[in-house]
Amino acid sequence: MEKKQNINLKLKVWRQKNAQAKGEFKEYDAKEVSPDASFLEMLDAVNEDLIKSGDQPITFDHDCREGICGSCGFMINGEAHGPQKGTTVCQLHMRHFKNGEHLTIEPWRAAAMPITKDLMCDRSALDRIITSGGYVSVNTGNARDANNIPIPKPDADEAFLSAACIGCGACVASCKNASAALFTSAKISHLALLPQGQVERKQRALDMVAQMDAEGFGSCTSTGACEAACPKEISLINIAKMNREFLRASVLKKEEVGGGDMA
Amino acid sequence: MKDFLKSSVGRKYIMGLTGLVWVGFLFAHMAPNMLILFSAELYNAYTYSVTANKILLYAVEAILLSSLVIHVLMAILLTRQNRVARGAQYAVSANGEKAVSWGSRYMAAQGSAILAFIILHLITFKYGTYYETTVNGVVMRDMHRLVVEVFQSPAYVAWYFICLGLMVFHVSHGAASVFQSFGILERKLQGGIKKFAWVYAIVIVTGFLSQPVYVFLFHK
Ligand code: HEM
Ligand code: SF4
Ligand code: FES
Repeated sequence: MEKKQNINLKLKVWRQKNAQAKGEFKEYDAKEVSPDASFLEMLDAVNEDLIKSGDQPITFDHDCREGICGSCGFMINGEAHGPQKGTTVCQLHMRHFKNGEHLTIEPWRAAAMPITKDLMCDRSALDRIITSGGYVSVNTGNARDANNIPIPKPDADEAFLSAACIGCGACVASCKNASAALFTSAKISHLALLPQGQVERKQRALDMVAQMDAEGFGSCTSTGACEAACPKEISLINIAKMNREFLRASVLKKEEVGGGDMA
Repeated sequence: MKDFLKSSVGRKYIMGLTGLVWVGFLFAHMAPNMLILFSAELYNAYTYSVTANKILLYAVEAILLSSLVIHVLMAILLTRQNRVARGAQYAVSANGEKAVSWGSRYMAAQGSAILAFIILHLITFKYGTYYETTVNGVVMRDMHRLVVEVFQSPAYVAWYFICLGLMVFHVSHGAASVFQSFGILERKLQGGIKKFAWVYAIVIVTGFLSQPVYVFLFHK
């Protein structure tokens, strides 16, 4: 097979010392980048050069580098996780870029997800939304047989699609309102579809939406920026479901007697 | 209920409900006004008939006005919250497959133009010069004469084109988005609803625009 040519890129990267610092763009050359490298591997090479010349390497979040953990993510030319749909930036390969291209690389920006350093931001607000209700309360013990609880195939499929969210925050980052509606709704729909999720269904919808608002995320204008940016291609349908669940819970919910809220 | 109205999701229900009132009104307003293409008498008779029953008229006006006021106040509230939530803007905005539609991005700007339009529209017509005419022995307002006068001005017609052009985007995005906000969207309906909203918006605006164009070209 013919070997593809290495490419050179001009990078404009957001550098910010810490949460308080002002931050600015700095320019770097990425030389002799293999088209087989991932975007993060390209940055690794740039960082090695920076370290060798005594500079601070560019900080970015990452962990699995397999597109499954949700750690990585930043904007490349205004696109969350870069130009390729349905892909995390760790799974984005350099063959999608042309020799000599200029790339502007910025961290996620949202008031509720403040930048901590360079391309890294604090996404614990998303964790707090999950903590507020994105779970089912069950007693622990041995894993049960998977077929104990029958679930209709279409529901199981739909729930799986929603459960695919990896919590990367690209949806918030790409939304003009910095709305976390896609993220929050994916969990609300996922659990509302399954029998295990029924007990806490109403309380979950109320609590998760309340937490999402309390964290200072914006509201949904149905622009669809989130769906387009999402590496797991979570559908806007989830937001419609969340709104429905929230309305239903607001109408049906009686005062909680006992239960989880008392603790 | 209070919690519902204060939540971001609840506010979208209100935004959608008040918007829908106007989406419906637009059709009810546009369709009968097409009479202007056919006859001055019919046009005036129609105007007379809708303004004759004062109780009904005031009831409809009250619904429209309160919907508009709530829609606009809610729009200001949400837009401001959303700006705060966004915080900093990006240096570059997406323009590839991950970009968003123009209509959805500038709802607030389109809305502001529509608001200006509605106010000027009411001043020009509802509160404009009161001409009288007699149709079949009944004395009534000669709305036709006023409309024909106003649409002689190329500037007024151009203003119509700009604002109603923006309304295509507002209504086509809004009328689709409302299904999303209300949670009645299903996966298999997604594409269809978007198309329906576009067709609806284009039909409304084409209908409205045909009126000044007709008057401008064929009257005096
Ligand atoms: C003919 C008049 C109007 C109609 C038919 C209309 C219709 C709609 C509809 C159906 C929506 C969608 C609501 C949703 O997503 O659930 C909407 C959203 C919106 N409207 Fe209007 N509207 C009108 C006038 C205005 C005015 C005068 C303003 C502001 C000054 C305005 C500002 C907005 C904004 C900012 C949104 C987006 C809110 C959001 O999604 O966050 N609209 N409109
Ligand atoms: S919905 Fe998509 S973009 Fe948002 S956090 Fe989950 S995986 Fe990331
Ligand atoms: S590093 Fe885990 S998804 Fe990218």
